[in-house]
Amino acid sequence: MPQVVRSGDYDLDLEELQIDAEGDRMTLSVGPHHPSTHGVLRVILEIEGERIVKAVPEIGFLHTGIEKQAEQLNWTQAITVIDRADYLAPLSNNLGYVLAVEKLLGVEVPPRARILRVLFTELQRIASHLVWLGTTGLDIGSQSVLMYCFDLRESILDLFEEAAGARLHPSFFRVGGLAQDIPEGFEELARRSLARVPERIREIRNILDENPIWIDRLKGVGSISAEQAIAWGVTGPNLRACGVPYDVRKAYPYAGYEEFDFAVPVGEHGDCYDRYIVRVEEILESYSICVQALARLPKGPVMVDDRKIARPPKHEVRQSMESLIHHFKLVSYGFDVPAGEVYQAIESPRGEIGFYVVSSGKNKPWRVRIRPPAFYNVFAMPVMMQGALLADMVAVIASVDPVFGEVDR
Amino acid sequence: MEMTNNQFFLTTVEKFVRWAQKSSMWPLTFGLACCAIEMMQLVSPRYDMAQFGGEVFRSTPRQADLMIVSGRLSNKMVPVIEQVYRQMPDPKWVVAMGACASSGGIFDNYAIVQGVDEVLPVDIYVPGCPPTPDAVVYAVLQLHDAIQKGQAHGGVMRA
Repeated sequence: MPQVVRSGDYDLDLEELQIDAEGDRMTLSVGPHHPSTHGVLRVILEIEGERIVKAVPEIGFLHTGIEKQAEQLNWTQAITVIDRADYLAPLSNNLGYVLAVEKLLGVEVPPRARILRVLFTELQRIASHLVWLGTTGLDIGSQSVLMYCFDLRESILDLFEEAAGARLHPSFFRVGGLAQDIPEGFEELARRSLARVPERIREIRNILDENPIWIDRLKGVGSISAEQAIAWGVTGPNLRACGVPYDVRKAYPYAGYEEFDFAVPVGEHGDCYDRYIVRVEEILESYSICVQALARLPKGPVMVDDRKIARPPKHEVRQSMESLIHHFKLVSYGFDVPAGEVYQAIESPRGEIGFYVVSSGKNKPWRVRIRPPAFYNVFAMPVMMQGALLADMVAVIASVDPVFGEVDR
Repeated sequence: MEMTNNQFFLTTVEKFVRWAQKSSMWPLTFGLACCAIEMMQLVSPRYDMAQFGGEVFRSTPRQADLMIVSGRLSNKMVPVIEQVYRQMPDPKWVVAMGACASSGGIFDNYAIVQGVDEVLPVDIYVPGCPPTPDAVVYAVLQLHDAIQKGQAHGGVMRA
């Protein structure tokens, strides 16, 4: 029987939080079960009338021990739990982790695998931004946007299902390449699904861009300056909305992103509306990267030719004793990774997600530390909420795009 | 139910009440983790829970009949889920969606409750990590059957 916490154990000390509940001011606790918090965030607000004087986010309601769990699994198995950290972009997590381990091992993946990784990560970015757009629309009061977005997202999830067998958590990347090659006819299917993206985004922008409610709720709301955003460690679309063109794909290219031609959309005012514009434009940039990736997809293997890391093909296992031994060893024990520590950052849909991986030379990670972008973005929210109306809190939380699997891990 | 002369139905009150209960179950938006994203797909155009009378996701527990526990339940969340469950009016049903809600799943560690049935009475479990929306729709339909047959009373103790 695990230890179970009862009510009362988590009552907050208002003095410690420096929240003043005297006079006209009152304290309001929002969440953790609240439709606007996008998961399980609790925000303690100090309000004066309708104005927010102070906001303190409380996190940890989804603490899963993912980093600790990864230490008990071997290098390949750990991919599956790291998937479940940022559950809107599991393939971004995959990519960051396998790149870190590959850095330790010093292996280079074949070109086909590298380009397919870019293709899948960008498809994942489109899917993630679509969930963001749909749920933000729902929060602001536009349910049809949710339907449009989820319809388009389904066609991307179909691609994941076709290639990897799973919709939400494909766990498709492996150290040294991909789990398997894409099936026959996948490229055609991908082209057809992708062809729907620009048209659908145009439709959604037609609904939203000049919609007076949408503009009233988002424009000028939840602003943060570029200096403050950098000081709070904000990354990703939230930082780019302030006008800082920082994108890990451009600043520190990885996985062959330097070969692709794409722009980094930036905003100007750092408010909720600019975050919306930046994300919608990013969807179109990702679409263009996907099209480029499909156009230049080379033939060849999708896994390194190293029997110490990659499993031998099944027909070899049946005929060759050596392959059988390799297969058995990889399935039961995994592989050793040379001792050392690396940091690998990539651009996830929420910002810079970093993996600090430490190996002690064994078949399991000694430590996997994730730098989750949403964690830093959540703690910049009080700055954005300062002086805003209570109703703007909903818009601010929605526009920051927190994912609590990643914040709490 | 039996029909007489195409004019009126004969049935028992109990059967009628069960029919009414199962025909319009309003789920609670209790999204915890990954499964919540798949739960949101239930209202999307492809799966469309509306055809089974369950599209009205309620944010307040006071208006909900069905709690779909979607995701891993951490120790810190336990008091919250207990309170939310108590705030739901009777009769109420619980679906444990996914491996984590059913058994803790892969996360057999210090942080995660090993199955939501340690704190709540669960009516139906949906396997998968995460289960597809089809699986959840199927589970809800199974629950409808069980309610109609009088096997799931929804937290109300009966003789």
